[in-house]
Amino acid sequence: MEQMGKVLVVNYEKCTGCRLCELVCAVKHDGISNPARSRIKVMKWEQEGLYIPMSCQQCQDAPCMNVCPVKAISRDEDLARVMVDYDKCIGCRSCVAVCPFGAMNFNVIDRKVIKCDLCDGDPQCVRFCDMKAVDYQDATDVSILKKREAAKKISLAGKQAAALVAQA
Amino acid sequence: MALDSKIAYIDLTTGDIQIKPIPLEVRKKFLGGRGLDAYLLYNHTKKGCDPIGPDNTLMVSGGILCAMAASATSRCHVMAKSPLTGLLGSCNMGGFFSPEMAWAGFNHLVIKGKAKHPVYIYIHNGEIEIRDARDIWGRTVTDAQWAIRDDLGDQEVKSMVCGPAGENLVTYANVMTGIKNAGGRSGMGCVMGSKNLKAVACRGTMDIKIAHPVEALEFNKRFIEQITSAKVNQTQGTIGTPFIWGATNSWGGIRCRNFQYNQCEYADDIEPEHLDEIATETIGPYHMTGCFGCQVHCRAQYKIPGNGPYAGKYDEGPEYTSQGAFCGETDTPRAETLLVSNHLVDQYGVDNLEIGSLISWAMELYELGIITNKETDGLELRFGNDEAVIEMIHRICQRKGFLGDALADGGIPASKKIGKNSFNYLIQVKGMSNLHSDERGTPGLALNISLASRGSDHLRSRPAIDLYHLPQEVMRRIYSNPVPYDGPLSSEHTEYIGKAWQVFWHENCYMAVDCLGICKYHTTFLGATLPNFEDWSKVLFYNTGLQLTPKEIWEVAERCNNMERLFNLREGLSKDDPEKGDVLNHRYHDEPARRGAPEVVGRLIEKDKWLKMRAECYEHKGWDENGIPKPESLKRLGIDNEPSHLV
Repeated sequence: MEQMGKVLVVNYEKCTGCRLCELVCAVKHDGISNPARSRIKVMKWEQEGLYIPMSCQQCQDAPCMNVCPVKAISRDEDLARVMVDYDKCIGCRSCVAVCPFGAMNFNVIDRKVIKCDLCDGDPQCVRFCDMKAVDYQDATDVSILKKREAAKKISLAGKQAAALVAQA
Repeated sequence: MALDSKIAYIDLTTGDIQIKPIPLEVRKKFLGGRGLDAYLLYNHTKKGCDPIGPDNTLMVSGGILCAMAASATSRCHVMAKSPLTGLLGSCNMGGFFSPEMAWAGFNHLVIKGKAKHPVYIYIHNGEIEIRDARDIWGRTVTDAQWAIRDDLGDQEVKSMVCGPAGENLVTYANVMTGIKNAGGRSGMGCVMGSKNLKAVACRGTMDIKIAHPVEALEFNKRFIEQITSAKVNQTQGTIGTPFIWGATNSWGGIRCRNFQYNQCEYADDIEPEHLDEIATETIGPYHMTGCFGCQVHCRAQYKIPGNGPYAGKYDEGPEYTSQGAFCGETDTPRAETLLVSNHLVDQYGVDNLEIGSLISWAMELYELGIITNKETDGLELRFGNDEAVIEMIHRICQRKGFLGDALADGGIPASKKIGKNSFNYLIQVKGMSNLHSDERGTPGLALNISLASRGSDHLRSRPAIDLYHLPQEVMRRIYSNPVPYDGPLSSEHTEYIGKAWQVFWHENCYMAVDCLGICKYHTTFLGATLPNFEDWSKVLFYNTGLQLTPKEIWEVAERCNNMERLFNLREGLSKDDPEKGDVLNHRYHDEPARRGAPEVVGRLIEKDKWLKMRAECYEHKGWDENGIPKPESLKRLGIDNEPSHLV
């Protein structure tokens, strides 16, 4: 039960844009190198040096789940993830249309929808990411860590403001 | 399956395109990448063809492991006859282009002919189209790539382009992809320009089946740990290649003022830590970027600081080579000069190393009075003049003025235009300028540059780990595998003994990695613990199913190196020719090093010892005393009947 509430955390500032996550995702799931089969995808703005890995957020109130006409999508609370039941799925791609993150993919080769399944609790994108731009953390810790980061920025800004006042 | 990947023959004159499989027999003999390119070059170009004529053939390839689970399988190799040297032209770049080409169904392209007007080749899921590039011609490296994406309406397209330098037939123009991934040296961008070929664009979503995916993934994890646990790669991953600048400069291994000194007197301004302070978005743990699948992430990112004309421009690097080319050789060790020059060469698409080296050569000629204000159109081309460095980059890439136009032809043709004794001051091998490194204190490294197949070059066989003074048992372990060696080895980098074998070993090591399509930072180049033949044998099997022993991979490398030699000999290489030979500039033998560490000061390359070392290396390679492969060596390697036209 230790893994309950663990989430995939993206810190895009750390991402080097190498796309190893895309490669290992496709190899793990399909035994194939092809980013079109990857559940995670790094969006890039090369001319700005900006790289943002995008993957499923495993929403609580998931739009893909709500829109599915045959109830093929459900939440798996053990691993806090949203799963597709391919025995029920009719391949209508309504889920692809409604996902606000573009995280529900349509694989044109096998002609089926694919999404992140957190590799059953051992996400390979995380395992291979040396920078930990993609990480797998307890949801409680995520907000604590973010609070700490934000607090540090506030404290730094305060010190800089004080220095400016002192200079004036 | 990687072994299903195709080869395409594209004729730009007629528009004819033929797509063929790559026979397994050919894969086993040459693997892919640079090795197979060398075979294709020998088979598909006519002897003595004009490098910028339609008969020259341009090979574009990924390695056999391209896009697979083997860490940094991103390398793209481009080969043709070089417009700079008239011999073998070859370059290698990272980025995301060759994996995209592999997902589009191709590992190798053979491009000949010349298009009637500017075109680009578009490769999409097994299909190839030649498209109009008249609107893209003239654009810079990055602008051209974004224009192609807009033209195709797909932001995921990856292109390999030539910049304005290639269009203007600067003989050392690069092929480029991304912001600064550069296939530099020997002018492959110039060959593109001469064919009216602005770019090759790829987009692919085709499967490459991994032979043993579970094992491949697990071995890759171990492989990556081996690579990233090396201190050298951790440092590269934090501040990039400039990490070696300080150390190399302090012991006296940096060419300064062309070849007058072997150390830059004050160079703290261009140290990576200082660049980090002054340039925004620059180096540091969260400001590095990498090529496909690579966990070393050695490329820094920066925006040019200050209020100058280039302030705020984004670029990647600068690499160690730019530090040497625009700061060391020209004696202008200032951060802004470095960042701006690096940006300009990336946008023009020209070899930083060659252009910086030629500018510093021209500076020495100017100071000696061999060229004057008449040739420079009034430019004060003195060492230490930062503006002159920037101005000369523009002039050369645009072929402006006498000197800009002359230098754009390359060192040897320029020395003929300038005349007098200018050639004596040109620091080159086979017509290609040396890296900014000074090898007078390191005979092994000097042997490496003189023998490199594409002209003076550090990436063909440099035994860089020689500088670490490794213990004998470590050297023995590395250099006695995968083929036995019980000759002498010395841990002392200033020695001559055993270096011939080390150069031979590294030559095969680097050829093997170029055939596989993996980055050299992932091999025994800068770190003694990094992977080599034994690891590649496994990684190759898990990914492709191809079973080659470490010794068989070594033999592939030997075979491919001999193919390159055969091409060079066919195109006029002769061992003692000062323009096309395995020789160093006389200054290596005549002028002792003046600065640096005590064991380096006063050193030069002793000619008799060096000649002995070269002869020894020929012998290791199975060549005769003239540097020509012996018939029995070629027979042993199965290339005694070339051209054999297997593909």
